[in-house]
Amino acid sequence: MQFHKYDVVIIGAGGAGMRAAIESGQRARTAVLTKLYPTRSHTGAAQGGMCAALANVEEDNWEWHTFDTIKGGDYLVDQDAAEIMAKEAIDAVLDLEKMGLPFNRTPEGKIDQRRFGGHTRNHGEAAVRRACYAADRTGHMILQTLYQNCVKHGIEFFNEFYVLDICLTETENGPVCTGAVAYELATGEIHVFQAKSVVFATGGFGKVFKTTSNAHTLTGDGMGIVFRKGLPLEDMEFYQFHPTGLAGLGILLTEGARGEGAILRNASGERFMERYAPTIKDLAPRDIVARSMALEVLEGRGAGPNKDYVLLDCTHLGAEVLETKLPDITEFARTYLAVDPVVEPVPVYPTAHYAMGGIPTNIHGEVLRDNDNVVPGLYAAGECACVSVHGANRLGTNSLLDINVFGRRAGIAAAEYALSRESHVDLPENPAASVEAQVALALSEHGQERVADIRTELQATMDANASVYRTEDTLKTALHDVQALKERYAHISVQDKGKRFNTDLLEAVELGFLLELAEVLVHGALARKESRGGHAREDYPNRDDTNFMRHSMFYKQGDGLSADIRMDYKPVTFTRYKPMERKY
Amino acid sequence: MTATAETTAGSRGSQPPVPDGAVTVTVKIRRFNPEIDDEPRWDSFDIPALPSDRVLNLLHHIKWYVDGTLTFRRSCAHGICGSDAMRINGVNRLACKVLLKDLLEKGDKHTTITIEPIKGLPVHKDLLVDMEPFFEAFRAVKPYLVTYGNEPTRERIQSAADRERFDDTTKCILCACCTTSCPVYWTEGSYFGPAAIVNAHRFIFDSRDEGAEERLDILNDIDGVWRCRTTFNCTDACPRGIQVTKAIQEVKRALLFKRV
Repeated sequence: MQFHKYDVVIIGAGGAGMRAAIESGQRARTAVLTKLYPTRSHTGAAQGGMCAALANVEEDNWEWHTFDTIKGGDYLVDQDAAEIMAKEAIDAVLDLEKMGLPFNRTPEGKIDQRRFGGHTRNHGEAAVRRACYAADRTGHMILQTLYQNCVKHGIEFFNEFYVLDICLTETENGPVCTGAVAYELATGEIHVFQAKSVVFATGGFGKVFKTTSNAHTLTGDGMGIVFRKGLPLEDMEFYQFHPTGLAGLGILLTEGARGEGAILRNASGERFMERYAPTIKDLAPRDIVARSMALEVLEGRGAGPNKDYVLLDCTHLGAEVLETKLPDITEFARTYLAVDPVVEPVPVYPTAHYAMGGIPTNIHGEVLRDNDNVVPGLYAAGECACVSVHGANRLGTNSLLDINVFGRRAGIAAAEYALSRESHVDLPENPAASVEAQVALALSEHGQERVADIRTELQATMDANASVYRTEDTLKTALHDVQALKERYAHISVQDKGKRFNTDLLEAVELGFLLELAEVLVHGALARKESRGGHAREDYPNRDDTNFMRHSMFYKQGDGLSADIRMDYKPVTFTRYKPMERKY
Repeated sequence: MTATAETTAGSRGSQPPVPDGAVTVTVKIRRFNPEIDDEPRWDSFDIPALPSDRVLNLLHHIKWYVDGTLTFRRSCAHGICGSDAMRINGVNRLACKVLLKDLLEKGDKHTTITIEPIKGLPVHKDLLVDMEPFFEAFRAVKPYLVTYGNEPTRERIQSAADRERFDDTTKCILCACCTTSCPVYWTEGSYFGPAAIVNAHRFIFDSRDEGAEERLDILNDIDGVWRCRTTFNCTDACPRGIQVTKAIQEVKRALLFKRV
């Protein structure tokens, strides 16, 4: 075992982690731990843009952006947090530009802006050009720019260090975070990082689903670690399905395509979104578009030999717009489906994309241990966190915004907290014990179950039973399946017993997190007997503000994979917007 | 599966159902695990695969159902994260961007796909190499915007034409396909390599940047741009379609004529 001591430890090196590191690293001694290399993080796969009311191309203001975010989230958004995000969005974009991000430009040389789903002028009048972008590689540019600036500031990275636990030290005022425990992939060695503050920025858990835009590595490790510590997760039933994944593959095609004018059509060529969202049509928020697509297919109007997808028509945009503003998605369609968007429509279907829920935090990124108290020294930001700025459904571009605004806030808060503490709080006894036991157990012989089989079955049941539309019956099936898979997980066999880059072991550990998070998702979806944002219950088709205008909170009861889940609720923060019916 | 005799790990049990339209291909992989091997060896696996499968799918099939010790990096699986650069049939490619249909032999001939780690970087295990020397070269060229004086209140103004000037090199995902395809890099590891020069280019030709001279000084070094022998391997290897050799030439010209 090796021991390290830092002021701040940041776990994850995507957008949120590196944005936090740039702030923290200039204030306090900071280490960034990532199970990948920083530039491999999935922020780089984001495409369309990052919204901010710069008003560079038409009238706009951050209050409209706040309203759109809250309405887009079906009023489950904490309004104080949404206001902060929309307000700070402007500086967040300008900061990135000053760091070197190569945004597309207007003819005057200012940052160009494009339309995006759910972002409107004057509270829903019409689509507004709010998304700042760099072709369809905005996430790539953000990830590269943040990494470049980490290099500039000499940020210290521990690459391919897989964090498996955090250290909580009990004090008279409750638990305090005192460090993190990591498994070094190169050597199999365990490292204990003592720290005054720890920031989680570990991203999402899209791999609970089969059809997903998420990377293989998005297995919810951060959320899973926090949950196993008995700390809550929030709003886990709200999972976003992005309307336009490449059919059958799930690879993302940006909403920016529709922002540039692309149109969704069913088998007969009808622009069906006119029926579902008469005002902003194809630029309705993602939950609405995804449900509309699923309905078209369910009602027999899908395209293709099996009528199981719809078509994204970009042909009228012309080769130049596609090659200059949407070059990557044009290439994806050509490479993976052998379809050329310049001349033919692209088969698309909703793909599991983004967790609205996660580790509950306040607006400073401090992690909550219940509705009222924080865990001193513990922070979270980005997709793994739930502030909540996305409520029941995130608007497109608001994730890139979230990681920059709240990554920055968490980095500053973590560093300032660390600087305000004279000395490190003692670590709990044997801080590495549970990780050592976990690794030893995974490597020991106790069964013949294959990780790939369990994962495949998990993904199949989640796709079939807990995706765009849900019912009591499908969710009960999913719950039953997930619980049975958890029992089988106790008998997995890891074939690689070595210490060096044991990715076989890594996948087994990741699967453990996926199973637990899938169960929490389904548990929450069963309990929420209403439809709101990304959570659509066929048996409860309406929003029920009387009973469910509140955040769900999930706590693990006891140890081990089969432990029970306790549910609680947390009030939504309102400032100036009253819930209204959500029409577009 | 018919892994060769020297395979250390056996089958992981029953195989998943073979999808309609699958063909059987042989995947021949250069293996090396310093924990147990004295020197690299070849393993062959016969597996069913669909023509629409990516090479990454084939590797996953082997790892998940045949030999869990097979080791490689991957993440996004669609050519954006740059994790899975490897030598596929002798050329550097991302395993997630090569489809089996483009590798299949014509007619009924059996297809064998050869996969090796990228060259020029120390092999840690199987297809997984030490990326540190690669990132060290990247970090050495000051790959970030250098400016002096006060920052403007709003964004810096940049014309669309000035933005276009360096567009090509902003696409780099640091996968190392270019650098590890370069014969000069194979023999002289001290050479910065194409990727580092691409990333220097991205800033040297950015109208907002004021660090061109510092970077050009670094690249004028004995291990800098002059090592390039214009073999175009790098341009052929780039999965993002970057004109790598052209970018290197533009940096050379900037050095020769002292202007950007």
